[in-house]
Amino acid sequence: MATLPAALQDVGASERVRTPWTEFWRKFRRQKVALVAAAFVALLVVVAIIAPWIVPYDAENFFDYDKLNAPPSAAHWFGVDALGRDILSRLLMGARISLAAGFLSVAIGAIVGTLLGLLAGYREGWWDRVVMRVCDVLFAFPGILLAIAIVAILGGGMANVIAAVAIFSVPTFARLVRGNTLALKHLTYIEAARSLGAPARTIVFRHIFPGTISAVVVYFSLRIGTSIITAASLSFLGMGAQPPTPEWGAMLDAARSDMLTAPHEAIFPALAIFLTVLAFNLLGDGLRDALDPRIERR
Amino acid sequence: MTGYIAKRVLGLLPTLLLVGFLVFMLVHLLPGDPARLAAGQDATPETVELVRKDLGLDKPLPQQFLRFVNGVVHWDFGRSLSTKRPVAGEIGDRFMPTFWLTVWSMVWSVLFGMAIGIVSAVWRNRWPDRVGMTLAVSGISFPAFALGMVLMQIFAVDLNWLPTVGNDTWRHYILPSITLGAAVAAIMARFTRSSFVDILGEDFIRTARAKGLNERRVVAKHALRNALIPVVTMMGLQFGFLLGGSIVVEKVFNWPGLGRLLVDAVDMRDYPVIQALVLLFSLEFILINLIVDVLYGLINPTIRYR
Repeated sequence: MATLPAALQDVGASERVRTPWTEFWRKFRRQKVALVAAAFVALLVVVAIIAPWIVPYDAENFFDYDKLNAPPSAAHWFGVDALGRDILSRLLMGARISLAAGFLSVAIGAIVGTLLGLLAGYREGWWDRVVMRVCDVLFAFPGILLAIAIVAILGGGMANVIAAVAIFSVPTFARLVRGNTLALKHLTYIEAARSLGAPARTIVFRHIFPGTISAVVVYFSLRIGTSIITAASLSFLGMGAQPPTPEWGAMLDAARSDMLTAPHEAIFPALAIFLTVLAFNLLGDGLRDALDPRIERR
Repeated sequence: MTGYIAKRVLGLLPTLLLVGFLVFMLVHLLPGDPARLAAGQDATPETVELVRKDLGLDKPLPQQFLRFVNGVVHWDFGRSLSTKRPVAGEIGDRFMPTFWLTVWSMVWSVLFGMAIGIVSAVWRNRWPDRVGMTLAVSGISFPAFALGMVLMQIFAVDLNWLPTVGNDTWRHYILPSITLGAAVAAIMARFTRSSFVDILGEDFIRTARAKGLNERRVVAKHALRNALIPVVTMMGLQFGFLLGGSIVVEKVFNWPGLGRLLVDAVDMRDYPVIQALVLLFSLEFILINLIVDVLYGLINPTIRYR
């Protein structure tokens, strides 16, 4: 995203120049909900990074045996779970896991998918057929099923869940970028670059790739929400994070047996997942409205 | 039309074959020796060899694949490693509960989601739109397993209106299908809204209004049919989401369906069951997308002649 404005500033214009950045910011700034969501995501990221230093108790190894299943109190703001662990501490540490899982899996999926999409769209022919056929096959596994099948092969654990969700994200990005590439490669400025003798690598990465970025960014943030839910679902099914890891989905699974007596054990992790995913989805909606040129005329 | 369907079915064959190959390879990608896995941890080397022969695992891969395809075509997926029953029988017992659960979820979520979407588009940027879209973005952000637990706590435990687990009566279907359909309803609402907003801006809508038709007729007759075209495609994609989501929802409601069978099979490393279920779920999904494509051709005549 940073390459384009820098290139434009080199032209030597004053600060009134309308770069893609300033255009984006002008539209994005007007969307109050998306701004709040962005602030919340930033807060979450900060919390996730400093979690080990701000947790009131050790998330995995502190057991308060006198307060098993205790509801929220001054000492334990979000209450205590069935093993006597502080739920707030576990949620804060869990933010690290969920954000890392969401971000890493989508980042891997986006990088691989974008490269494949550029390749398929630019080369067409056999490359295109092979890449799109692989995407069709990956798309033929409904929803979370592909991730479950991959976890069944690789075994449980968070690293494998991230790999599974990444593979699950690849075809979405590949199709998106391929479509954009096909549309862009016939435009005049690409033809101009080609007629100047620019090598394929330059055309693809300097001229076509920037044109696909806005779509990729929108999908990226919308996809993080889905991926956090998928990763939490796998942990809920017992295939992801293993105890005593404070993963949000795993915490909800553990809370099921005490739902009647201690509903707070389920409510707080559920809220944590909901608010996090909601923030990413609202941010994604805002980015889409700011980056999609078709929105303006409505 | 028949030609169009035939072309679509033929186009699916390579995908089907590749999906089948991947599912077949599942066993060979598993860490460890599949014959030992099937024979059990404490089997003697002689038993393992016997099992290997019996399952055809000593043959070359292409031959094994043919054997696998032949089995699938004859609805033979081998025996479950944990119950020793034929996998086809295990699946047969569990199929209908999952089928009805997904069908009811689909029905309510499409009707409800489209209604919200249309209302939001017609009253765009006013309070019905704001309420509808807030509901929708919440719906896609709330994970199904958390929603299921919350609904069960409120309506089954606190209010005692509905049963908690099992699938004996129609009342058992209410909470699980709401849980499973919520995200799909939300996606349908958002999608229908944007499709409708696009259509309502078209020239032919302005013409219809200019003719003096009342707004109700413009929306119900002129806009609806055109806006439905992309919505139908979306429905097919969402069915896959439901099939996958049922795996999670079935665990929450202890539903005796395919999803729970799959989760248990992954737990027990019961690979014949995993293979059969992964294959079945994707076949179902591919089939539904085919039906959607054909429906799409029916609604939109311009597609058929391509």
